[in-house]
Amino acid sequence: MTTTSFAWQRVAQHRLFWPLVALVALLVANTINRPSFLAVTVRDGHLSGSLVNLLKNGAPLLLVALGMTLVIATRGIDLSVGAVVAISGAVALSFIASSPNPDSLSTVLVAVGIALALSFVLGVWNGFLVSVLGIQPIIATLVLMTAGRGVAMLITSGQITTVNSAPFKTIGSGFWAGLPVAVVLAAIVFVAVALLTRRTALGMLIESVGINPEASRLAGVRSRSIIWTVYAVSALFAGLAGLMISSGTMAADANNAGLFIELDAILAVVIGGTSLAGGKFSLSGTLVGVLVIQTLTLTVTMLGISPSVTPLFKAIVVILVCLAQSPKVRDVVAARRRRAARTPAEAAEVAA
Amino acid sequence: MTTAVPDGRPVVEMTGISIEFPGVKALDGVDLSLRPGEVHALMGENGAGKSTLIKALTGVYSIDSGRIVVDGTEHTFSGPGEAQAAGVSTVYQEVNLCENLSVAENIMLGHEVRRFGAIDWRATRRRAGEMLSRLNLDIDPASSLAAHSLAIQQLVAISRALVVDVKVLILDEPTSSLDADEVAQLFAVVRRLRDEGVAVLFVSHFLEQVYEISDRMTVLRNGKLVGEYVTAELPRLELVSKMIGTSLEVLSELEEAPKRSIADSEGTAPFVQAVGLGRKGSIQPFDLDIYAGEVVGLAGLLGSGRTELARLLAGADHADEGQTLVAGAPTRLRNPRAAMRQRIAFSSEHRKAEGIVGDLTIRENIVLGLQADRGWARRLPASRWTSSSTSTSRRSPSGRRTRTRSSRTCRAATSRRCCSRDGSRRRPSSSSSTSRRAASTSAPRPRSRSSSPSSRPRACPCCSSRPSSRRCCGSATASPSCATG
Repeated sequence: MTTTSFAWQRVAQHRLFWPLVALVALLVANTINRPSFLAVTVRDGHLSGSLVNLLKNGAPLLLVALGMTLVIATRGIDLSVGAVVAISGAVALSFIASSPNPDSLSTVLVAVGIALALSFVLGVWNGFLVSVLGIQPIIATLVLMTAGRGVAMLITSGQITTVNSAPFKTIGSGFWAGLPVAVVLAAIVFVAVALLTRRTALGMLIESVGINPEASRLAGVRSRSIIWTVYAVSALFAGLAGLMISSGTMAADANNAGLFIELDAILAVVIGGTSLAGGKFSLSGTLVGVLVIQTLTLTVTMLGISPSVTPLFKAIVVILVCLAQSPKVRDVVAARRRRAARTPAEAAEVAA
Repeated sequence: MTTAVPDGRPVVEMTGISIEFPGVKALDGVDLSLRPGEVHALMGENGAGKSTLIKALTGVYSIDSGRIVVDGTEHTFSGPGEAQAAGVSTVYQEVNLCENLSVAENIMLGHEVRRFGAIDWRATRRRAGEMLSRLNLDIDPASSLAAHSLAIQQLVAISRALVVDVKVLILDEPTSSLDADEVAQLFAVVRRLRDEGVAVLFVSHFLEQVYEISDRMTVLRNGKLVGEYVTAELPRLELVSKMIGTSLEVLSELEEAPKRSIADSEGTAPFVQAVGLGRKGSIQPFDLDIYAGEVVGLAGLLGSGRTELARLLAGADHADEGQTLVAGAPTRLRNPRAAMRQRIAFSSEHRKAEGIVGDLTIRENIVLGLQADRGWARRLPASRWTSSSTSTSRRSPSGRRTRTRSSRTCRAATSRRCCSRDGSRRRPSSSSSTSRRAASTSAPRPRSRSSSPSSRPRACPCCSSRPSSRRCCGSATASPSCATG
C-alpha cells in the first residue's frame, strides 16, 4: 500500500500533473455535456470531429507558444507576436491578391516565403533591441506590438483583404494523410524544436542564460547570440501562425488577426510550468498549456456561454493551476496533511 | 595623532556582547567603548566580527547577551531606526543612496520637512544645504546625486547620517573606493565632526589611514576581543600580529624569508603577462607575470584589488589601459569567452551570483564552459537520456569513451577552477588553434622549473582526487612570488 501511495505521490508532484488534471476535467465536462464530443469520424477521407477541430484551432497558438517558451526561458518576453501574426497574414494575402494568378502554387510559395522572411526580420529587430541595445524585453517588444498592427493596416490599406487561392487555403483548412495540415505543421515544428533544444546543447545554454546570465557569460556562453536567436525564432513561428490564421479565414484582418494571442501564449507557457523568471523550460508543458486553453475556449462556447466571458474562465484556470504549482501553497498543503496524518497515529500511541 | 585622547564619560559602552548564528559564535564577550570627540578604529581581519559588532550597535542584529549603553541609558535596539533615534548613525561601505534622486532628497529621505502633512520642498532643500555646509561641501542640493563622484556621494551619505542629532557616527570602510585626494577630503570632514564632539567609529583595512585618523582602536580576532589600544602607542607590526594572532617573531621571520620566483630560472617566458593593465575606478595599472606551472597568490585585504585584477586577466571586465600578452603575443581579452579561448578561465569568488547556474544539474554546470566553447550544435556526450543519473564519467560502460570524456570534462573543470595553469607550454608562434587544442588535450607535463613544491604541476582537481587549493587566484595560499598590496 505504501508503494502505491509513494507512486501516487510522485505522479501528483509531477510538474504537469495539475495542468493535465485540468485538461482531463475539461474534456470530461465536454463529454458529459455532449456525449459525441470525443467521437472522431472519417469523413471524405479525413478525420473530423470536435477533437480534430480542437487541435486544428490550437495549432497557431502552439506555434506562438513554442517561440514564447524559448524567449521566456531566457528571462525575456515577446509581446509582439500578435502583431507579427497580423503582418504575416496581411503580407501573404496582399501578395496573392495582387498577383495575376492567385491559384498557382508558385505564387503561394513566394507569398509564404516573403511573409516568413519578413516575420524573421521583425524577430531579428526585437532581438537586436534586447540583446545588443539591452532594452528590457517587455519594452522592446511592446514597440513592435503597438506599431505592428499599424504596419499591417498599411499593407492591407486599411481593408480586410479577401482572396481565393486553393493552395493557400490548404495551410489552414487542408488535410494531409487524413490530418489537418495545420496540425501536421505544428507537430513538425514542435518535434523540430524539441530535437533542436534537447538533442543539442542549445536547450541547456538557453536555460543557463536564463538562470544566471552573469555566470553564463563568465563561462563563455554566447548569451547575446542566443538571446537574439530566440526572438528571431519566436517571430518566425508567429509568422507561420499568421499564415495559418489568415488561411483559415482567407481574409487578412489587420485589426483582429492574432489579437491577444501573445497573452494566450504566455498563459500556455505559464500553465506548462515554465517560470516567467526564466530558466528551465518545458516544451511538453507548453503543449499541455495550449491544449488546456484551447479546450477551455471551446468548452465555454459549447456550454452556450457568450465568448466574451471566456477570459474570465481562463483567469480562473490560471489561478487554480498557479496555486497548484506554487511551492508555498504546496508546502502549506503538505504540512496540513502531515499534521492530519500524525494526529491519528499519536492517538493510537496514546491508546496503546 | 597629536590630539590628546579625550577622557570623560563614554557615549557608547558595549560590554560582553555575544551573538550566535547557527553553528558559529560570531561575537564572544566583546567590549567596545566610544568617547565623545574621538575617532575610534575597529580593527580585525575579514571575519573577525567587525561588521557583526557594528550591526549589533545599530540594531540590525539582536544580541544574545551583553549590554549596550548609549548616552547613559541601556538600550535593546530592535532595528536601525531605534538606534538612529538614540543618536547612532551608520554610513555603509556601499553607498546606500538613490542615484536618481537629488542630493537634497537623498539627505532628507525620511526626514523631509513637513507642513500641513505635505512636504515643504523649499525648507527641505534649505535644511539639506545646511547639512552640506556643515561638512564644508559646496554642491547644489538640487543637483542629481548621480552627477557627483563617488567621494562626494560618500560625503552626502555622511550628511544624511547627520540629519538626526548624531552622537555616534559609524563609518564602515568609507575609503575603499576613494582615491588619495578624496580620502583627504573625507578625513577633513571626519576631523571636523570629531572636534564637534561626535564619536566616530572607523572601520578600514588601510593601516595608513587608520594611523592617520584614529585616536584609539579596538582589535578583534575570531569574534573575540583582543584589546583596546591608543593608536599612537601601538606599532604597526604589533597591530598586525594582534589582528592575525601570529607572534611578532614569526612575522619578522616572514619578512626575511628568501624570495623565490620561477622567473629567476633561466630560459622561461611568462605565459600571461599584464603590462600596465588597469581600469579606471577599479584597479590602478599593474604589471604581472604568470609562468606556466606556477601558482601565483594574490595577497591583500578586501578591497585591495585582488578580484579586480583577476577579472581583468579573465576578460570579465574591460581594461582601459595597458595590454595583456598571452604566450608573448599581445591579446585583447574582450570577454570571458576570448580569455577562455586562450585557456584562461575564471572562477568567481561570488559562487552563487557569478559561478553556478543554480537550476541546472551538477553535470551541466561542470560542462557549461566546455559546451559553450564547442558551440551548441556539438552536444557533449553522456546525456541525461543515456544515463538516468548525473553519474560521473567513470561509470560509463565503454572504457575508451570514458577516457575521452573524462579528459574533456577535466579540461573544462580545470579551466573553470584554476586561473593560470595551462598544461601546455606554448611558444609564441603556435597560434594555430588545432595545435593548441591538441597540446592542451594531451596535457604534457610542464617542465618543473623550480624546487618550490608549490610551483610543481598539480594533478587536475577534477580527474584525480588529490586535494588542491580550491581557489588559486584570490587567496594567499600559494607561493609568495607575487604580492600586491
